[in-house]
Amino acid sequence: MSGYAAIEVDTLDKTFRLPRQQMHTLKERALHPLRRIDHDELRVLRGISFGVQAGEFFGVVGRNGSGKSTLLKCLAGIYRADAGRIRIAGQLAPFIELGVGFNPDLTARENVIINAVMMGLTPREARYRFDDIIEFAELSDFLDLKLKNYSSGMHVRLAFSVMVQSDTDILLIDEVLAVGDAAFQQKCIDVFYDLRERGKTIVLVTHDMGTVERFCHRALLISDGEIETEGDPGEVGRRYLELNFEHDGGVAAPAHPPSPSDGSMTETEPDSARARVVEVWVENEEEKRVKSFPDSGRIHLHAVVEAIEALEAPRIVLWIDSPEWTRVFGATSEGVIASTLAARERVHLHVSLSNRLAPSHYAVGCSIAAGSGHQDILDWRSNAADFVVYSQREHYGLVEIEHDVEVQP
Amino acid sequence: MSATTRVAAPHTPDGPRPPTREVTGPSAYGGTLRRFANLTWIIAVTDFRVTYFGSALGYLWSLMRPLLSFGVMFLVFSRALRLGNNIKDYPVLLLFNIVLIMFFQEATGLSVISVISREQMVRKMQFPRMVIPLATVLTACFNFLLNLVAVFIFLLAYGVSPHWSWFGLPLLIVALVTLTCGVAMLLSSLYVRYRDVSQIWGVISQVLFYGSLVFFTIERVHSTTLRRLVLSNPVAAILQQGRHWIIDPSAPSVSRAMGGGLWWLLPVGIGALIVAAGFVVFERQAPRIAELL
Repeated sequence: MSGYAAIEVDTLDKTFRLPRQQMHTLKERALHPLRRIDHDELRVLRGISFGVQAGEFFGVVGRNGSGKSTLLKCLAGIYRADAGRIRIAGQLAPFIELGVGFNPDLTARENVIINAVMMGLTPREARYRFDDIIEFAELSDFLDLKLKNYSSGMHVRLAFSVMVQSDTDILLIDEVLAVGDAAFQQKCIDVFYDLRERGKTIVLVTHDMGTVERFCHRALLISDGEIETEGDPGEVGRRYLELNFEHDGGVAAPAHPPSPSDGSMTETEPDSARARVVEVWVENEEEKRVKSFPDSGRIHLHAVVEAIEALEAPRIVLWIDSPEWTRVFGATSEGVIASTLAARERVHLHVSLSNRLAPSHYAVGCSIAAGSGHQDILDWRSNAADFVVYSQREHYGLVEIEHDVEVQP
Repeated sequence: MSATTRVAAPHTPDGPRPPTREVTGPSAYGGTLRRFANLTWIIAVTDFRVTYFGSALGYLWSLMRPLLSFGVMFLVFSRALRLGNNIKDYPVLLLFNIVLIMFFQEATGLSVISVISREQMVRKMQFPRMVIPLATVLTACFNFLLNLVAVFIFLLAYGVSPHWSWFGLPLLIVALVTLTCGVAMLLSSLYVRYRDVSQIWGVISQVLFYGSLVFFTIERVHSTTLRRLVLSNPVAAILQQGRHWIIDPSAPSVSRAMGGGLWWLLPVGIGALIVAAGFVVFERQAPRIAELL
């Protein structure tokens, strides 16, 4: 069975022109008829090309502001693209969000008819399908309740039913499964399977990689208006998570509060005239300096420390703190490092550990001490480097200790 | 991990391959005429229902508005200022004019914010943009037509006898509604860019009320030049022609009041220009409205 392209997008470009000085009133316009308005140009889509086969379930993911919603709006015909072409084969659902055009002051009955007409049905067809829609939404008891008295879950149920029953070939969906109770979410999922069986073409824009991997045949990752990855949903999902955390101060990474150990907590003031921590960094298994790790494999911590004057019994400690400054892990050079360091001597400490950390944002610290009791702390950096651990599965604790689970009958 | 959760191959839909079409973005009209009409109708009906059947007294209120204005104006203009002296059927004329001008004012006033107030729809749905101002005018039309029925009941009760020129009424209504649509489109698209349009229109609308022969008659204007000026306003011309056709056939028609000849083409031409400008401006703005919101 040979398919055909339901959606073809060819080098799509979209630029928003944002006026630098606002000319919000006719009065200003009339007073300064000749003033040219400078614009900042914001190029949101940069030459996007892709195709979606008929019957395909296609996921579009991207971080906030990556252009994915703009892309969807161009597909739906809500925005006009500046360059490039979009070709569609089949009837396209005209909206990108559920419940658009619902009027809170009207009853569910009236809203269903109105929404169905907006979807392209005639009022007669809408009335004809009315029963199916209500039955699907399981709202038969609330037909004459005004929509403003509906819960958000009921609202979504109604909107989703209208969309499903309107029988268009291509559906564009922007974040649907966020609302509704578990039972209805399950129902949406069943509908997704059903829509797929019936050969509907669906473009789903979402943040939720789970949905993408579960339903989509293919997916597209957009970053800064360009296609970053296209293809296998699993691959796209991994790349998306990496991208999420690689970006400076990635959205999902909690910010570190100031460390309590900066300053007052230190028993002795660091005496940096005698030694200093030069550099701390983290590497992955390929010996590349990175800021993010999957939740498996190994993490390599590195520190370069310099003795400014000769040191007796030096000790370097490298550690990892959680966002709440819980010390998750620590390692010391004791027993490995030489018993003395000459003045101006540099040592490179390398700690390799298997990664058992839960997804979060971690800080790496390093200290150097000297003397028999190691009480002279010479330098102390509590947030010398940081990294993120990402994961596609659920973690139930800060650290995953090797364990066995058994269930007894 | 994800290799095991691969999704089954896509099902190609049954049936022949649908024709391919190009998505060109939003426009003023676009789509099939059927959807355009259905959408306009359903939005207008919904609005009408929400506005007039949401409150306990419902439609009665919308009828009360012109009647109350009529009451006040009748007292002021007829009794206090004596503007109605020597004018045949002045109370009927006043009511008729008030219903017409109030339709114009209500429809245009609501249309200014119509696109902005449906922001959600505009930004999240593809549909011909012109539906919005047209639906707003249509909503006001329902009200207008119901009020006209009340006017004609009053008219007959007052003792005005029906005559053949009443058949001119549909023409008047069409002219007024068309003009209103033109202004509505102009205002709603301008307001997206310039937010002082609503205040400016409020003032102009007020000026039009006082300048459009609502409560004074053209006989009070003595200079022909001034008469031509007053009647070059299409709203005034519609009211004047309405007076001639519906209330008092002995009152001058627009043509006669302007001194004969082809002068009557002036208000018609100005009206046509306004309507054309409304369409052109709206059509040019339509593709970008969703972005400007």
